[in-house]
Amino acid sequence: MSADSREELRELSYAEAIREAMDIALGRDERVILMGEDIGVYGGAFQVTGNLVEKYGTDRVMDTPISELGGAGVAVGAALTGLRPIFEFQFSDFAALAMEQIVNQAAKIRYMLGGAVSVPLVMRFPAGSGTGAAAQHSQSLEAWFGHVPGLKVIQPSTPEDAKGMLLAALEDPDPVMIFEHKILYKMKGHVPEGYYTTPIGKAAIRRPGTDVSIVATSLMVHKALAAAETLAGEGIDVEVIDLRTVRPMDRETILASVRKTGKLICVYEGVKTLGVGAEISAMVAESDAFDFLEAPILRLGGAESPIPYNPELEKAVVPQVPDILEAARNIAKGRV
Amino acid sequence: MEKSRPMSEVNIPYAIRAYSPEALKAALRKMILIRKFEEGAEDCYTRGLIHGTMHLSIGQEASAVGSCMSLSDEDKITSTHRGHGHCIAKNADLGKMFAEFFGKDTGYCRGRGGSMHIADVAKGNLGANGIVGGGLPIAVGAALSAKRLGTGAVTICFFGDGANNEGAFHEALNMAAVWKLPVVFVCENNKYGMSTSTERSTAVKNIAERAAAYSMPGVTVDGNDFSAVSEAVDTAVTHARAGNGPSLVENLTYRWRGHSKSDRNRYRTKEEISDWMERDPILQMTELLLSHKVISEAEVETLQAETTQVIKDAIEFAAASPAPEIEDAIRFVYNEGTAA
Repeated sequence: MSADSREELRELSYAEAIREAMDIALGRDERVILMGEDIGVYGGAFQVTGNLVEKYGTDRVMDTPISELGGAGVAVGAALTGLRPIFEFQFSDFAALAMEQIVNQAAKIRYMLGGAVSVPLVMRFPAGSGTGAAAQHSQSLEAWFGHVPGLKVIQPSTPEDAKGMLLAALEDPDPVMIFEHKILYKMKGHVPEGYYTTPIGKAAIRRPGTDVSIVATSLMVHKALAAAETLAGEGIDVEVIDLRTVRPMDRETILASVRKTGKLICVYEGVKTLGVGAEISAMVAESDAFDFLEAPILRLGGAESPIPYNPELEKAVVPQVPDILEAARNIAKGRV
Repeated sequence: MEKSRPMSEVNIPYAIRAYSPEALKAALRKMILIRKFEEGAEDCYTRGLIHGTMHLSIGQEASAVGSCMSLSDEDKITSTHRGHGHCIAKNADLGKMFAEFFGKDTGYCRGRGGSMHIADVAKGNLGANGIVGGGLPIAVGAALSAKRLGTGAVTICFFGDGANNEGAFHEALNMAAVWKLPVVFVCENNKYGMSTSTERSTAVKNIAERAAAYSMPGVTVDGNDFSAVSEAVDTAVTHARAGNGPSLVENLTYRWRGHSKSDRNRYRTKEEISDWMERDPILQMTELLLSHKVISEAEVETLQAETTQVIKDAIEFAAASPAPEIEDAIRFVYNEGTAA
């Protein structure tokens, strides 16, 4: 077996891919440190940091007290003064405790100081529903962060991108917020060996198609792809775009797709109102691509509700494959 | 006062023993510069040359300058919304400060930050902060960098009495203590968080008592006494530099002016203000240096004239400087050349 074919076969889980990226980063740059709650011997609540503490020690894989505001602020101060911290929130929901440091400090310091400094900070947020953890451990809050100039917000959906985009985030001189869907952590996929970066700010066309454009984020990319397979059997050729970056959004890829298909569905897990899909829809409506639309834009987003505990209720409040199938059939057949 | 008695070593104040005459004269000069800078800023504001708001530190000069005596440019500070004095104590360029107040492109923040966001990273000043308590965890992060990178630098974290009731205070002091980081928390207790007195807002009598909760040294000093401030903070800096971790120093002081430009002083009496004005830190420092013959009356006069000119020149520089280009309004949100 050649080295190339072994490389093709290598699969890692999404969590393993992130760990490999952090391992590479810690190994090649002394300034990189990991900070977070229970990321040391415990290995992180979702086992993303795993055993890295054994290799790099507690000075570089630092368990913080349960102090999200203070911990985030320490990471901001460290980033300002020469370190490259990767800060893990145990759950993205806990970012609410730290918004002061993220929104008022990390995002604004460079601008407020007229470009005199940078805040090269990476924050990781395990996000999303589907784990039965209920309303305070299941949210998809990326739109909150996407609303803040100064931050970059990414949502890798595959193991390959999870590694490449984390390494790109570390190369970026500005603060990058990474939203990782918890359900993706165990998903396996091909991950190249060694160091590589996947650009921030570029969407990926996961499945080319001619009839309907679906722009999806994170876990919803996989649901959209599953729906697209079924729809192909019905003669509906769906183009699935993985947004990958919420801010800055890849305008050109989305507009080009809409010009081609004339039909757009946005699928995202965050609350529908004022969410990522609202921005995508408005962007299309404000552009020349609007003239190519043959049907109203559809948004499938989270319900106007906290995430419930009961598993059937939990599924009911976020878009599922049948919801995407129905929306695509309707839009393809001119029923909207 | 001291002159009438024989001067045993014990009776000589710390500052006189610890610093060279040059360092003491430079310290007095900085205190005078802070006072005149604030007065100049206030005057420009009244004349409509500066917009927005500002928080003046007149009356708190000994705290700013005394706290920074043993710092080099490698050492860091984080500052507060009442931070002009800290900038000057850390050797800021007064022309660039005034230019920032005037919103000019030559200002420290190129007109983007104004009074509340001046920083001078080359001098170790990581910046003022518009959020009460915002600088506390950031200072701990700077101390973490110093420890991890082995720079030997110490960070002084200035904050006010108001910030001591923020959650960030607890989280920052706890982490600094747990990780034994080289940071000194300097609380400038000027008695009021805007209008609310420490008696009404804070469960302990002295904020330094809270150090016990973090197993770190805590001391309360007369913040208008330059010698007392410098002795307490130097001790804490030495402690931190030796790898023994953080300390909390509380400087009891007073702002002569209101909280900001909207303050009508309804929460304090004229008598209280005039009592504190009698304890003028600059007057006390001048008397200290005169009584120990560190400086002469003639030198003080020269210093007054020279600093007046420096402020005048700084304001002229600011007034004559160009404004930022309107097309550049959103420049510096992100680094250029990256995805944005």
